[in-house]
Amino acid sequence: MNARPLLQVSGIGKSFPKPDGQELRVLEGVDLQLAEGQIVGLLGRSGSGKSTLLRLIAGLTEPSHGELRYLGAPVQGPAAGIAMVFQSFALFPWLTVYENVALGLEAQRLPRAEIRSRTLAAIDLIGLDGFESAYPRELSGGMRQRVGFARALVVHPNILLMDEPFSALDVLTAETLRTDFLDLWSEGRMPIKGVILVTHNIEEAVLMCDRVLVFGSNPGRVLTQIEVTLPQPRNRLDPSFRELVEKIYVEMTARAAGPQAGPRTEFFPGQGIGTVLPRVSTNELSGLMESVAAAPYNGSADLPKIAADLQMEIDELFPIAETLQMLRFAELAGGDLKLTEAGLAFCNATLDERKRIFARQLLTYVPLAAHIRRVLDERTSHVARKSRFIDELEDYMAEDAAEQTIRAIISLGRYAEVFAYEDESARFTLENPA
Amino acid sequence: MLRASRTHHFGFLRDFVSRWDALALLVVLALIVFLAEASRGLLEPLSKLDASPLSLDPRQLPVYAARTTLRMFTALVLSLAFTLSYATWAAKSERAARVLIPLLDILQSVPILGFISITVVFFMSLVPGRVLGAEFAAIFAIFTSQAWNMAFSFYQSLRTVPTELEEAAASFHLTPWMRFWQLEVPFGLPALTWNMMMSMSGGWFFVVAAESISVGHTVVALPGIGSYIAMAIAERNLHAIGWAIFAMAIVILVYDQLVFRPLICWVDRFRVEDEPGAEPPVSWALTMMRRSRLIGGLTVVFYAVVRWTSWTLPARPPSVPPLPANRSQRSRLAELLWLGGALLLGALALRHLALTLVLETHLAELREVFLLGLLTLARVIVLIALASLVWVPVGIWVGLRPRAAQVVQPIAQFLAAFPANLLFPLAVYLIVAGRLDPDLWLSPLMVLGTQWYILFNVIAGASAMPAELRRAAQNFGIGGWLWWRRVALPGVFPYFVTGAITASGGSWNAAIVAEVASWGDTTLRAHGLGAYIAEATTAGDYHRIVLGIAVMSLFVVTLNRWFWRPLYYYAERRYRLT
Repeated sequence: MNARPLLQVSGIGKSFPKPDGQELRVLEGVDLQLAEGQIVGLLGRSGSGKSTLLRLIAGLTEPSHGELRYLGAPVQGPAAGIAMVFQSFALFPWLTVYENVALGLEAQRLPRAEIRSRTLAAIDLIGLDGFESAYPRELSGGMRQRVGFARALVVHPNILLMDEPFSALDVLTAETLRTDFLDLWSEGRMPIKGVILVTHNIEEAVLMCDRVLVFGSNPGRVLTQIEVTLPQPRNRLDPSFRELVEKIYVEMTARAAGPQAGPRTEFFPGQGIGTVLPRVSTNELSGLMESVAAAPYNGSADLPKIAADLQMEIDELFPIAETLQMLRFAELAGGDLKLTEAGLAFCNATLDERKRIFARQLLTYVPLAAHIRRVLDERTSHVARKSRFIDELEDYMAEDAAEQTIRAIISLGRYAEVFAYEDESARFTLENPA
Repeated sequence: MLRASRTHHFGFLRDFVSRWDALALLVVLALIVFLAEASRGLLEPLSKLDASPLSLDPRQLPVYAARTTLRMFTALVLSLAFTLSYATWAAKSERAARVLIPLLDILQSVPILGFISITVVFFMSLVPGRVLGAEFAAIFAIFTSQAWNMAFSFYQSLRTVPTELEEAAASFHLTPWMRFWQLEVPFGLPALTWNMMMSMSGGWFFVVAAESISVGHTVVALPGIGSYIAMAIAERNLHAIGWAIFAMAIVILVYDQLVFRPLICWVDRFRVEDEPGAEPPVSWALTMMRRSRLIGGLTVVFYAVVRWTSWTLPARPPSVPPLPANRSQRSRLAELLWLGGALLLGALALRHLALTLVLETHLAELREVFLLGLLTLARVIVLIALASLVWVPVGIWVGLRPRAAQVVQPIAQFLAAFPANLLFPLAVYLIVAGRLDPDLWLSPLMVLGTQWYILFNVIAGASAMPAELRRAAQNFGIGGWLWWRRVALPGVFPYFVTGAITASGGSWNAAIVAEVASWGDTTLRAHGLGAYIAEATTAGDYHRIVLGIAVMSLFVVTLNRWFWRPLYYYAERRYRLT
């Protein structure tokens, strides 16, 4: 291994100013080293700062703390040897495949002949022969992402950054692209020396990476690093592969659970009403509870198993599981999701009883719901504006997170019938609760 | 293996001159002749206009039509240049936007038709004694009917460029200049083109109104369709009016086929999202240009120029991406200076207005103008309501029948683009002949040209209604009034509001030419703010013109801010089917 790493990230952090003058931290104290010949994975859920880290490395945004060094020199703005592949492809719809790929070379003002030969070589390499004159809208998702790869490779970067490059593709296409990429990588046919891959797919991380950094949220930070030493090509059914996947699940659930405490605080990081709530539908909550309650899980499910069973990725599964945990319908630990008594009772109840149980859990364990209900109860009009609560939430979180949290609590509160909400006037009321 | 290439291999001559080339060559030659014809006489002294007066001979009409079209085209190019610079400045500098955007908003609401007299004097003083000054004034009038909308549209586009595309541009080191031409302009093009087309109707309306201007004792009649019709009115020549209308219809058709159809079709590739089911537009003119090697060669040259500029012009992109996070002392100082400058300018403008308007106007006059404004407001509201009552049901009926919509939609769009003031003389002739009350019967002229916006927007809305919704309504047996109330009307509501806003805006402008109309030496007057401005213009009384315009702008701005805008957002939030 080389003495000097391709990329050296030390103590990097990113924060934004909040309206009350304090700072909102989205990423904190991340260290990362990328050596030649390595693929490093950044694994975590949305909001864990992994995409922010990638953009910091790409020079698209500036860090608030810490230092970024590429080949020993500090990164200031997009560095010449770092190229990026985007989740939604980010192709220019008005340029053909050829023109899209050539764009990065034209920006470097290379001679036309060189642009032409290099562009065609990249198109060749990535399997886009014959599609040179096609416009992106004529292509399938998989072909579009191939253009994304060709466009990044054509500038001969040392480091390739990939931002969930396969997550917008269907399962089959994603697998083909992954395999093709790994083949080219292991054969050394790509002009790149190191790769950083952002993903929320645990299996993908284990399949492709030499090292996986597991991220946690609020603020985004590295929970743990896991080395993957399995030889390529890796087999998903290999017991040691499964073991690693299971290990990462355990890590992610272990750190998700905070210190246990009494009613009206939660497992989530953050205190009281200042918790960012994910938007999860009550159908998903009862659906997951019912699946866990039923055979073969009978009340306790291994997360990797049930994730495969329900064909859900952690980005979809974790918010639901964590909301269940917040409501004390389930416990999340050691890579398992285990229903509590309340959860089991919920599963066996009729619709009306379910709503009563849900309302009880919601008012007991979710401070924001209790807070809204209390405000409505105290007022003689039993009416309160949404903006009032948004203002309170924005002391703790960013604007869009506050909006998302309010939307989430409205949905939960409506189902439990603990309060009503009128969208037209943006007001909470006690109009139709039971 | 296929190779992408922009170079063209010129083989046999037979290959070179395809039938598309022959057509393209003809069109290009015709354009050159047309330009030469139309620009002849621009530098001639004004007295030449008097020496060779207009003729009502229909054989002269093609030349007049050419002149009118050239004005239109020049204004379009100027509007485009204005849009690209003004909107970009506003989008790139938050500081500038704070002044530029509200300014644009107000400019959009000023009925500039009333200002023509003032701009004529201004431009004629720039080029004293030459026709060019009057030409500038007419072009400026068209410019004002398009530029503000277009700049707004482009500004909105610049603000909504998808983040990932911006990041891609940055990470592949596009220079600001490349970024502008490769990302920002292409992204804004579809909305901009659509907006340009929508502003056209205003453009034709203004060019017709601006060609024949009398300010006090100065009478200017530029050769063009507008002057032709003014003369026909003065001479009570119904035949000539018929010819003018015919010529205008042809001009609009040609403009649509040769300019806008190809443009719309071409910009289709710049749309970022694919709208499922939307058929790509077709244009024979664009097909001609694409298949013709001649024009293909020209585009190669064009792209080469674009590439050359992006290689030679600005150097590297800024090494550190601009972030508003750490504001330095210096930028705060600049902020203060900018704010101070804006305040000072505002104060100066206020003082000037106070001196010219308030001090020289009696309170009684102010009250009178305000009351006249209310009268015109009442007309606008009642007429838009009436037009809606008629065209909304018709539009829904047509829009739900694809075959009918295919026939009616282009007609409605054509009628919206047709300058209604060409039709005024016919109406006035009828009013004079029937001895009708002008206060009542001149009013419909205000919506004569603008009502079509309501129709074609509603047709578009009804056609866009999801078939599943309609089938669901059918399935549950929803019919009669309930169907209108719960299905059809809410379904087209956002489209209707868009149409009504455009119609209302246009009607205020039309008031200036609609509330006073003449036929030979008979002049009809309705009471209203439009008539007040028109009469002040004829009298060359600048204080009254400015006062009238100021009050009308106030009315328009108030109506927009307190009625149309809230209604628009409400419609978008509540009724937009996505």
